Amino acid sequence: MQHPFRVGNCAGFSGDRVDAPGPVVDTLIELGGPSAVFFEVLGERTVALAQLEKRRDPARGYEPMLVRLLEPILKRCAEHAIPIIGNFGAANPPGAARVIAQLALQLGMPELKIGVVHGDDVRGRIDVSTLPVYEADAALDIGEGDIVSANAYLSARPIVDALAAGAQVVVTGRTGDPSLALAPLIHHYGWAYDDWARLALGATAGHLLECGAQITGGYFYDPGFKDIPDPANIGFPIAEIDADGRLIITKAARTGGLVNAQTVKEQLLYEIHDPACYITPDVTLDFTQVSVREVGPDRVELQGMRGGPAPEKVKATVCFDGGWMGEGEISYAGANCLARARAAGEVLLERLRLRRLAVQPRIDLIGVASVHDGDGGALWRAYDGPAPTDVRLRLAVSARTQDDADQAAREVLALYCCGPAGGGGVRWRTTQRVRTQSYLMPRGDLAPGSWVKSAKELAA
Amino acid sequence: MTNRGDPLVTVPLHRVAHGRAGDKGNRLNVSIIPYDSGAYALIAQQLTEKRVLEAYAHRGATGVKRYELPLLPALNFVIEDVLEGGVNGSLNLDGHGKSNSFLLLGMTVQVPQRYVRPAPD
Repeated sequence: MQHPFRVGNCAGFSGDRVDAPGPVVDTLIELGGPSAVFFEVLGERTVALAQLEKRRDPARGYEPMLVRLLEPILKRCAEHAIPIIGNFGAANPPGAARVIAQLALQLGMPELKIGVVHGDDVRGRIDVSTLPVYEADAALDIGEGDIVSANAYLSARPIVDALAAGAQVVVTGRTGDPSLALAPLIHHYGWAYDDWARLALGATAGHLLECGAQITGGYFYDPGFKDIPDPANIGFPIAEIDADGRLIITKAARTGGLVNAQTVKEQLLYEIHDPACYITPDVTLDFTQVSVREVGPDRVELQGMRGGPAPEKVKATVCFDGGWMGEGEISYAGANCLARARAAGEVLLERLRLRRLAVQPRIDLIGVASVHDGDGGALWRAYDGPAPTDVRLRLAVSARTQDDADQAAREVLALYCCGPAGGGGVRWRTTQRVRTQSYLMPRGDLAPGSWVKSAKELAA
Repeated sequence: MTNRGDPLVTVPLHRVAHGRAGDKGNRLNVSIIPYDSGAYALIAQQLTEKRVLEAYAHRGATGVKRYELPLLPALNFVIEDVLEGGVNGSLNLDGHGKSNSFLLLGMTVQVPQRYVRPAPD
């Protein structure tokens, strides 16, 4: 029997478990047959935060855990012809490539071929005053901040080109997340760029895998209702796609977590709006006829994915300077703690008014009503349930300037001596913010491409 | 209703279905997947767009669109303007809205006892 092509996911976001890649690569090597791995570490605003970092240090602006993630697997992947694809380039793909080249030299791999995809950074090519706004963002207030970053979602094609040119590692910035997994499939099977049925197969695999452990028990585990084995050691997912178009989701061997119909269904619909029209840069997906079937332990088969033409217009996300957020927290515990925390919240709001700080505030009572509450605080004000034994009051403000955000947050600090009885454990901080808005760009306005160099060339 | 004469019990949706929240900009989606496929029709009948919009009213939601996937089976709710600016603009601790599936799973439904998962010990 011919081996299927296997795609393993080694990271689902920037901040993911750094020891995840090892077991995925071990499993792919043991199983034999052709395979590739990918890292998806670029959230909607991660590239803007990376761009801010690059402003401070032009050599940086790529995934900060890059070396920790790649060091355990780089040599084994190269020895077993497993390409590594990742959007860990963030705002600086050439910078990330140079870091990987240095790592390759340290590991005695001067001939390692590293590909870099370019063309996603569209600052200077995009005119936000004339382009249509992507529909999910139409009601966002982007303010009047300066543009921090502007990146189009590139298709799989420049990654495929780099693989065809011999790249063993491909570094990208912004691409469609599913494209990272679709590219090695196109390269391996030679799928045409308008073979919508096969592209749908690969893009669906990419969609299911791109959040890593979210399909193997992460973001899923609900004790007593949805239990999983060994949750501290969840294995990352692997997709098997054979030449006949069969798609099976499984995971790294000898790890915790699980793959079953429930985990696959939850991830299939993750961040989906109209399931008949999920747009990726490569293919438009229709999940309305999808069914899932458990075909073995930690093995689920999906059938019924359909594909249609890729969109004429490409999504580009623009990040603007978004001012500052100030936050402060203080704890109250024991008898009457809810009343003391509520009183402290009202005192804080009155202090912001008295000081005429130019901020928009919000109060949370963590442990009573917080993440499900609105900015108006309807839930924490109305709460009349059982008396908590411990409440943490949080003030959050948005402000144009760091100073206003800081002064507001420090009002929480002042509660130590000026607030209700027994307040302790204050923490406060300010955070620079970016605001994102997505636009639809004509595909022809983009000029994506890629190049490939050896580690020793890059490190020179 | 396909209750085969069984009496209906009123329980939180969490005892009958599981789900997941995702965000894009200021828009939230929450999938609702019955543990037992047999409960799908009853859940779909009761989880109307209007009821879900009411559950998120205090968050400033302006609209709800429900998509049906009877083959999985699952429902997908798309809730507009509920994230107070989204991950970059929100003052909410959970700017992504990741905890929001459990707000929807806190709504009540009426189903026969056989579709209700026992509460853990």
